[in-house]
Amino acid sequence: MSDPKIEGYEFKPGFRGMAQDTGSDQTMFKGVHWGKAMMWIFLLSDTFIFSCFLISYMKGRGSTLIDWPNPSEVFGLHVFGVDVPLLLIAIMTFVLITSSGTMALAVKYGYEKNRKMCGWLILATAIGGLTFVGMQAFEWSKLIHEGVRPWENPFGSPQFGSFFFMITGFHGTHVSIGVIFLFIYAYKTFKGHYDEGKKGWFTSMKGDYVEIEILGLYWHFVDLVWVFIFAFFYLW
Amino acid sequence: MSETQKQEQTTTHKIGIYLWIWGLLFVLSFFSYMVDWYQFQGLLRWSLILIFMFLKAGLIMAFFMHLFWERYALVNVLLWPMTAIACFIFLMVAEFEYTFFTRLFYFVAGG
Repeated sequence: MSDPKIEGYEFKPGFRGMAQDTGSDQTMFKGVHWGKAMMWIFLLSDTFIFSCFLISYMKGRGSTLIDWPNPSEVFGLHVFGVDVPLLLIAIMTFVLITSSGTMALAVKYGYEKNRKMCGWLILATAIGGLTFVGMQAFEWSKLIHEGVRPWENPFGSPQFGSFFFMITGFHGTHVSIGVIFLFIYAYKTFKGHYDEGKKGWFTSMKGDYVEIEILGLYWHFVDLVWVFIFAFFYLW
Repeated sequence: MSETQKQEQTTTHKIGIYLWIWGLLFVLSFFSYMVDWYQFQGLLRWSLILIFMFLKAGLIMAFFMHLFWERYALVNVLLWPMTAIACFIFLMVAEFEYTFFTRLFYFVAGG
């Protein structure tokens, strides 16, 4: 357990503070819960994984001689007799942003020890995530039905399918894992584990609302990755 | 003991800031969808997509993930590795252009 020894220690802001924090032969991330620091470092490594996927997608799309399928048409939906481009993807984006907002508020209410509000907001976030995964499953089955495979598709360049399934699949896995944890944390919040300081299942750490912020970091990261996938895969 | 001390250090922010950022994210997402809706093409399309993307990513990281309020020691540890990704992107741009022209040369022009 990291213990910030800050008695008689002056916190300096900005780069001077960074140099002092890093060089002071103490805890580097002062006042930052160790779980939060570890989550950030995990997210950093996850950033590299998603970057590698998106960069390989860029490389694949940039080097093919056959035209890339037009995502605006491939992901378009036919509703009420009109072709709407990227409709499902737009809805998915809004659902994910909504769930990100409810998560941010859950963190806020958690720190204010507002157990009920925090729990309901986490539950709302989980339901948003579940909706997102459901729509993604619908999108996948629609494309598979239309003949999109990792090695071929009827719309254009054959690499399209492999990048699509790899990138959105990996992102969808992250969302699914997040949803599972959101339900667990919603249960723990409603049960009052964070008010009583009850220990978790795999840790000796006492329950604390900082755990909600750590979960929130993961969830916002999932939304963050979607921002990049939406821009590069669906809009580009 | 240390837990409670740290808890006291954690300042919560007014709900207004979260709602503002939330609203901005909706507006920016709507704008980026409009880029596709109006079928902007070429340089305009790409620059708009990138601007909206970076704005959204920045807002999420700064306010929803609280990086704006974190110590610089943490922020810098997280942000500097991104330059490695930028380098990797430049390397792979050179790579895909090379592959593309090689394919053009041998498959289309016939060597």
